Amino acid sequence: MGKLCDVSIRGVEISFGAVRVLEKLDLDVAQSEFIVLLGPSGCGKSTLLNAVAGLIDVQAGQIWIGGKNVTWEEPKDRGIAMVFQSYALYPRMTVRGNMSFGLKVAGMPKPEIERRVNAAAATLQITELLDRRPAELSGGQRQRVAIGRALVRDAGVYLFDEPLSNLDAQLRAELRVEIKRLHQRLAATMIYVTHDQIEALTLADRIAVMKDRVIQQLGTPNEVYRRPANRFVASFVGSPAMNFLPGAFAVKEGAPCFLTEGIAIPLSGYAFEAPPQDGAPVELGIRPEHVEAGGEVPAKIEMVEPMGSDQLAWLRVGGHPLSMRLPAEACTVAGEAMQLRLPADKLNLFDAATGRRL
Amino acid sequence: MSAIAVTQPAGMRPRRLTPARIGVYAFLIVTALFFLTPLYVMLVTSLKPMEEIRLGAILALPRAPSLEPWVKAWSAACTGLRCDGISVGFANSVKILVPSVVASIAVGSLTGYALSFWRVRGAGLLFGALMIVAFVPYQIFIYPLVRVFAFAGINNSILGIVLIHTIFGLPTMTLLFRNYFASLPQELFKAARVDGAGFFRIFWSVMLPMATPMLIVAVILQVTGIWNDFILGLIFAGRENLPMTVQLNNIVNSTQGERAYNVDMAATLLTALVPLAVYFASGRWFVRGIAAGAVKG
Amino acid sequence: MPLVRHRTASRLAAGLALSPALLVLVVVYLGCTAWTVWISLTSSRMLPNSTFVGLRQYASLMGNERWQVSVANLAVFGSLFLIASLALGFLLAVAIDQRVRAENTLRSIFLYPYSMSFIVTGLVWQWLLNPSFGIEKMVRDLGFPSFHFDWIVRQDMVIYTLVFAAVWHAAGLVMAIMLAGLRGIDEDIWKAARIDGLPPWRVYLSIVIPMLGASFATAAVLLATSVVRLYDLSVAMTNGGPGVASEVPAKFVMDHLFERGNLGLATAAATSMLITVAAVVAPWLVWQNRRARRAQV
Repeated sequence: MGKLCDVSIRGVEISFGAVRVLEKLDLDVAQSEFIVLLGPSGCGKSTLLNAVAGLIDVQAGQIWIGGKNVTWEEPKDRGIAMVFQSYALYPRMTVRGNMSFGLKVAGMPKPEIERRVNAAAATLQITELLDRRPAELSGGQRQRVAIGRALVRDAGVYLFDEPLSNLDAQLRAELRVEIKRLHQRLAATMIYVTHDQIEALTLADRIAVMKDRVIQQLGTPNEVYRRPANRFVASFVGSPAMNFLPGAFAVKEGAPCFLTEGIAIPLSGYAFEAPPQDGAPVELGIRPEHVEAGGEVPAKIEMVEPMGSDQLAWLRVGGHPLSMRLPAEACTVAGEAMQLRLPADKLNLFDAATGRRL
Repeated sequence: MSAIAVTQPAGMRPRRLTPARIGVYAFLIVTALFFLTPLYVMLVTSLKPMEEIRLGAILALPRAPSLEPWVKAWSAACTGLRCDGISVGFANSVKILVPSVVASIAVGSLTGYALSFWRVRGAGLLFGALMIVAFVPYQIFIYPLVRVFAFAGINNSILGIVLIHTIFGLPTMTLLFRNYFASLPQELFKAARVDGAGFFRIFWSVMLPMATPMLIVAVILQVTGIWNDFILGLIFAGRENLPMTVQLNNIVNSTQGERAYNVDMAATLLTALVPLAVYFASGRWFVRGIAAGAVKG
Repeated sequence: MPLVRHRTASRLAAGLALSPALLVLVVVYLGCTAWTVWISLTSSRMLPNSTFVGLRQYASLMGNERWQVSVANLAVFGSLFLIASLALGFLLAVAIDQRVRAENTLRSIFLYPYSMSFIVTGLVWQWLLNPSFGIEKMVRDLGFPSFHFDWIVRQDMVIYTLVFAAVWHAAGLVMAIMLAGLRGIDEDIWKAARIDGLPPWRVYLSIVIPMLGASFATAAVLLATSVVRLYDLSVAMTNGGPGVASEVPAKFVMDHLFERGNLGLATAAATSMLITVAAVVAPWLVWQNRRARRAQV
């Protein structure tokens, strides 16, 4: 088993020519931690991962792995292993050749290579594929081989660059479980890049949500889901997506509330981080599963989407659309009017201008 | 570049045999005959004795076909005072061809690889400049090159002409391989680097095996190109090493007395044989090759 | 932490691998061009000297009758060859794209001339166009005694015979490029055109040809560079004759360098060729570059 390593990214800045890709970024990953870099394409998450791997030079800042400054080390000297989105298997080598190439380059004795390849193959259940070429494998098998190639390096830090994006939904779910199991077994540090929020929520110890070259929020999946730091994180994480209602903050008879089109939603019980001024324009966010029936907010059902385990009702509150999760057996008809309750402790309030959580 | 690979016909779906379709076939057949005529005439002429040729029926099949002109062209045709046939040129061309093809592809593939995966300062500029000079006519460089080669003592030698073919093959070969390598996933290169492979190791173990299609294309391109070269061989190979094309031209265009057209045509066919063989053996690869070489950039 | 780039062995190797290309670029391409341009500004004749005479060589070049003929020939040859090859190649590609039978055979027939050298091409056509034995004689023997097809020996017509041979040589290349372009057009375009009820010729004229802009440009640039380089064909087919009627600039340079010993004039002519090429290629490269960049965005 590889030695345990923490990773520390300190003030890293990266530009391609005149284009700034990462803005002075700090991130500390603890030993054995599984951290997911989550964000839309172009947010800089893959760039950051490549910088940790040593495949891209940084313009400023340092990268430390296992207590050693590796900022200017070659990838092979950093104690890392990496799995790529396109698998990046060497097409002219067999599976065995792919897995052993790095060890051979490093000059490892043959029996040891053999032992490691066989062990990794057994772990990933690809032993019977060892003598095939990548072209003869399915997508899922290829990605297993790619993971195997990382595994034999016995590294302290594993880097995953959107490893499941090229797979179909079922295989993705299957391999996701496999990766999680692997993490538990190896107890290695893992940094995992994805744009899929479900992968992030299921795999991560902590998620770093990235957008526009910076980390928007760093926290456990629970924190990111329940208390998004800003409107972007709120909208990016969660499916079906969070609802947003534009309106204003007001204090009525000493109690804070949210006003939109003559409807007042009480906010007593909401944990303010920075209470806004009376009359400030704000946005209210609530997840579909947190909308409850039987309150004082009037709404009208426009459409119902059955989703198997439950159904999603599209309502209109004032002039604004709002979705609500209903049990599958609930009998709902489009056109029907209903009353809603938006519980204050499940609400999210964002500054309309900056998008920051209030 | 790979879009050149010919796939399904995309034109209008045919509707039985309409006048328009008959027109299409007529056009294709007439043009095909026009394209085939020179090859046919070369062949029949080379098999006729001179008496038959003097009759002038250029399209007629030989009445008394004979391989004698071929034998003569190969081993006894004269250039000036020497009558060794075109076999001398054939041998010279082979001697020039083999090292030139190997050297130009080796240098070109390595350069293309270095340009596509390694961020070397000024690589973009180097590549752009190579692309531009691929279009420049040789006449610009020839005189200074002759002087430099003479100074280095390698003019009029096999080494000299091989070097010349390597130099002038460099832009096209680099382009070919750079574009191919640039089309490969960058992640493959990253994976090899994480595996700890260095510059040459990645080239030799990972990239070159993947570039087999481009290697075939490059070989086709260089074999036909170098075999068909005339001007460079004429100037840099030296009197002893003149390639087949130069010798052919000397045989045909400088004969004293009555010209032996049958021998001339046999010699011409012999010279065309290597590229024709490459062409017909390689099939669609040839199309890919010229297309790849054609799409500069 | 100072931002000193850690120079690894691999980066050094990459630099090393690029050094031959850099050397060739600087020494051969840039150095030799500069040398040639410099000689063209001196009064060099048999041997180079360094007496600077400004543009006097260019003035005498412009006044040189043979050069004038060469340039005029190049203009006539170039424009006719370009138009004819593009037109024939495009028509062949369209015809072949009509789901015809024996597509592979037809393609092979149209492309095989391109695999052969200009020397072979020139010699075959010299033979076919030979008035005493070739096409003229054949048609006369068929019962048209007044038939005339002696262009190759006529000063005013000889340049057209070169066009003939060159189109035969290169039309297949245009066909291959165009066919690849046609096959790259989305099948749905044809379906849409059929639903709109457009006749096929209309679709080709208004939709397909504009979509093939890149293929036309590629083919045109490729043909244009071979026009400027035109040398072997003239040497093999007519050796510039009759008289100087089929002289071309590349041949002018070669003859003045190696036979007539007039370095100043030859290099001035070579430099003029370079300028012509630059005028053709530069706009195309800029256009390609801009297109590539737009595709990236």
